[in-house]
Amino acid sequence: MSQRRQFLQSAAALAVYAALPSLAFAQEAAKIGFVYVSPIGDAGWTFQHDEGRKELEKALGNKIQTKYVENVAEGADAERVIREFAASGHKVVFATSFGYMNYVERVARQFPNVTFLHATGYKSGKNFGNYNARFYEGRYLNGVIAGKMTKSSVLGYVAAFPIPEVLQGINAFTLGAKSVNPKAEVRVIWTNAWYDPGKEREAAMTLISQGADMLTQHTDSTAVVQAAEEKGVYAFGYHSDMAKYGPKAQLTATTHHWGAFYTKTVQDVLAGSWKPASIWGGFKDGMIRLAPLNPAIPTDVKVLVSELEGKLKAGSFHPFTGPVVDQSGKERLAQGAVMDDLTLGKMDYFVQGVASRLPTAR
Amino acid sequence: MDASLFTSMLFATVVAGTPLIIVALGLLVNEKAGVLNLGAEGMMAMGAVAAFAVTHHSGSPWLGVLAGILAGAAVSVLFGFLVLTLQANQVASGLALAIFGVGLSAFIGKPYESIALPAVPAIRIPFIADIPLIGEALYNQQALVYLSWALFWSVVWFLYRSRAGLVLRAVGESPASAHAIGHPVLRIRYLAVLFGGAMAGLGGAFLSVFYTPMWVEGMVAGRGWIALALVVFATWRPLRVMVGAYLFGGVMITQLFIQGSGLQIDFPSQFLSSLPYWATIVVLVAISRNANAIRLNSPISLGKPYRPDA
Repeated sequence: MSQRRQFLQSAAALAVYAALPSLAFAQEAAKIGFVYVSPIGDAGWTFQHDEGRKELEKALGNKIQTKYVENVAEGADAERVIREFAASGHKVVFATSFGYMNYVERVARQFPNVTFLHATGYKSGKNFGNYNARFYEGRYLNGVIAGKMTKSSVLGYVAAFPIPEVLQGINAFTLGAKSVNPKAEVRVIWTNAWYDPGKEREAAMTLISQGADMLTQHTDSTAVVQAAEEKGVYAFGYHSDMAKYGPKAQLTATTHHWGAFYTKTVQDVLAGSWKPASIWGGFKDGMIRLAPLNPAIPTDVKVLVSELEGKLKAGSFHPFTGPVVDQSGKERLAQGAVMDDLTLGKMDYFVQGVASRLPTAR
Repeated sequence: MDASLFTSMLFATVVAGTPLIIVALGLLVNEKAGVLNLGAEGMMAMGAVAAFAVTHHSGSPWLGVLAGILAGAAVSVLFGFLVLTLQANQVASGLALAIFGVGLSAFIGKPYESIALPAVPAIRIPFIADIPLIGEALYNQQALVYLSWALFWSVVWFLYRSRAGLVLRAVGESPASAHAIGHPVLRIRYLAVLFGGAMAGLGGAFLSVFYTPMWVEGMVAGRGWIALALVVFATWRPLRVMVGAYLFGGVMITQLFIQGSGLQIDFPSQFLSSLPYWATIVVLVAISRNANAIRLNSPISLGKPYRPDA
């Protein structure tokens, strides 16, 4: 598949070179590599990164040439792929999963002329940076919709692993729901797997039978949205717009958009102005968006959501604004304060309103 | 516990147990004929991907089920050729089949990743589905759930009430004697392997077309191995296969329900997720304490190749 694409690209490039010989030798296309953790498929984490790659291709045209390797396990294989990209003359390498971080760090040291970026990590260096998106901003808006529209006040959340990124989402969703519906409670089921559609579905069914009429998930398949569609309850998609898996069920989705970031990064590298940084973008940067709102959402809720979205974009509202109180009643953030990124990145508790217990490491 | 909660737990338990029953009963017949096929995981994966592809293209889940059965049987023929005709080691061939099937299914399934199928509606059996508590859970189910019950009765009848079943068991106990009185040992073993493969394929089809109507690499998620363990756990008795499968399904569902209920139980969810496996181990250990029970029931020639004297 990617080979055919490459062939087509080179064919197209050849045609251009033939037409403009002077330009052809003036500038050779910079090679950009992408490492994906799962198959691209047509929804989900990797799919959104690949959309970003396509956007980059579109924006920079024949100045660049992209290549990707999908389904790369977060282990020794990853290092091999990353090294291969670096060794074969790629100028920028995007490694799109947390587990690649240490391999990126190692390879980056050996290839100082290549620029590396890894998604969702925290390390950076002279020639590598990291980037992530503020998924929790979308989750908060999902929570507001859920809190307004729920009849049972029971909201279900299927989650993979209790790591900060997932907890931020659950807590933001809960805070959003509680802000409009103090009775709302969020029930969480852990699947302990990023991708196990059978378990995700069973978890969704379980939540529905326990009274949840709003579902969302932080796992990678569309099983939860499909289950909601089947059972006639509402759901929020994640990663991608999952409306085609649940046209009636999906109220909206928190979707990720990397295209603009990829384009800007590559442009900066080509211009020589790139500097290592930790990018954490939200609605404001266009890295997070909401999928089109389902017509089932009442107008007043739509208005409320678009107001909040506007404030998030303007930077005048932060979902984690105090008081934030955890399950045990301990105040984690004082009234009126805004949580800083460092604290956010270390989140390890449920806020009040989550009905489930957090699995403890004890 | 309120009534509707009980009903939905029972419903989910039955659904979770069904693929295990189908596959384990197939393996049971396999092993009763003296052939050990550890390739269940791979055969299920092949059945799942074939069933999904055919359902997707034809729009008919039943054609898909048929394709799943055929795919499982086709892979098992390969296994049969290795261990019966060529007399290769059954354990090694079975393991190879498991890995081969999972890999090949991923390759075949590549274009089908992330395509969704419409859910197949359940079949409600009139009148008995109205029984309080259990009616909705047991009699408003997928067709394959009813089929798994029919399969159970057929296997019981076949093994213990039919002449053919008697011959099959004889082949598993003492192939030499069965051969001596004129039974075609290899042919019978081939048929048993085919049946095992077909059932594994059917179990896979249940996963990809009925349980979660989607295909994704690795979606069998160890269910083939669990089915294999179930047969030992059940000491080669069909009724215990049935009970064991529902027990396993029940424990898995219960842990999800406990998590979702918000009960203040201070157990890590990782531990709860491992409960079904714990249950399997505990029961296996309990049974193994009585070595006689296993020895008496295990087909004596299980795993041993047999070459009839010309």
